[in-house]
Amino acid sequence: MRMRTMEIGVGFLMLAGFLALVVLALNISGLSLADQGSGYKIYARFENIGGLTPRAKVAMSGVQIGEVTAIRLDPQMLMAEVEMKIRDEVNYLSTDSSAQILTSGLLGEQYIGITSGAEDEMLGEGDRIRDTQSALVLEDLIGKFLFNKVSE
Amino acid sequence: MLDWVQSLGRVGLARLAAFGRAGQLLVQALVARPDPVMMFPLLVKQLYFVGVLSLIIIVVSGGFIGMVLGLQGYTILVDYGSEQAVGQMVALSLVRELAPVVTALLFAGRAGSALTAEIGLMKATEQLASLEMIGVDPLRRVIAPRFWAGFISMPILTMIFSVVGIWGGAIVAVEWLGIFDGSFWANMQQAVDFRDDVLNGVIKSIVFGFVVTWIAVFEGYDCTPTSLGISQATTRTVVFSSLAVLGLDFILTALMFGEL
Repeated sequence: MRMRTMEIGVGFLMLAGFLALVVLALNISGLSLADQGSGYKIYARFENIGGLTPRAKVAMSGVQIGEVTAIRLDPQMLMAEVEMKIRDEVNYLSTDSSAQILTSGLLGEQYIGITSGAEDEMLGEGDRIRDTQSALVLEDLIGKFLFNKVSE
Repeated sequence: MLDWVQSLGRVGLARLAAFGRAGQLLVQALVARPDPVMMFPLLVKQLYFVGVLSLIIIVVSGGFIGMVLGLQGYTILVDYGSEQAVGQMVALSLVRELAPVVTALLFAGRAGSALTAEIGLMKATEQLASLEMIGVDPLRRVIAPRFWAGFISMPILTMIFSVVGIWGGAIVAVEWLGIFDGSFWANMQQAVDFRDDVLNGVIKSIVFGFVVTWIAVFEGYDCTPTSLGISQATTRTVVFSSLAVLGLDFILTALMFGEL
């Protein structure tokens, strides 16, 4: 009998531990089992990516449709090349879509916002977004503002 | 002067010898002759004493630490207008640091000291010696199940600590201070990475579980078999394992997050 209560107690401990791991994985770190691997890659070149990092979100009208998978410097164009993975179900981005680097909130992290164009052809695996707009760099902005003030 | 050097040398040699004995104990109890069939019922019993009975202190302190983190984080972050980030702050500090470390410290106080005292008393009342007389290896019968019990229950307790702490933080931040539910959890999920944060925290807790139980078991097995010896051994368990946990935590953090 004593052994039985102990075994029940240990069983509950194990269950609680397993449950805690599941909660940590799914609820707290937001690990999703489904949308790993599915998606197509598109590329975009930016003059300046600001503080964009891999795993930053790619959004359309603020709704997440994918994530940034890699960032590298293109040695020929001397521009940052961003590789992003878009979910498969989002297959309606036209080839003349534009990509912008935006900031969520005043001090929030940066993400890529995509605005769709009017073209009938759609972006597919390995395509490139040509119309891009760089990150807003606060120092540049302040510099321009001061320059304008001085020249007035 | 020479006497002083000699006493220093004696202390050093004694420490080194104790460390060697601890290693010997570990190898003999665990690596050399494992016997899972005999050990299982003993292991269940020890898991109950070491793991299940520590649950209450872990859950209560986890909840309160999470609530305090939520409150403190809110009062700081509200100055910068980014109080939604409190979820991410609570989750990251718990999962990465506080849950493994505080669980290990509480575990050393709650379970480690009990292990040391129990084994020490067994030694003082010559139970270990009589086990040996009837042909049962005390290392396998007494030490190994206790060691494995500590090693297994520590990561479980740590994960429970994290979850309860984050829940406590959520209660304070969302229910009481009125942070929007959605942004609290979304910020947290975006900031916490399963492999980098959660798994690294669990790895830390596995290392701490190993170290704390090893120290506790060894101090008990190696103590002077008198009442004074047992009390000294119990104190040493708590002090040494706390220091080891804090020191190792710095090293592990530097390796995991320090981009070395």
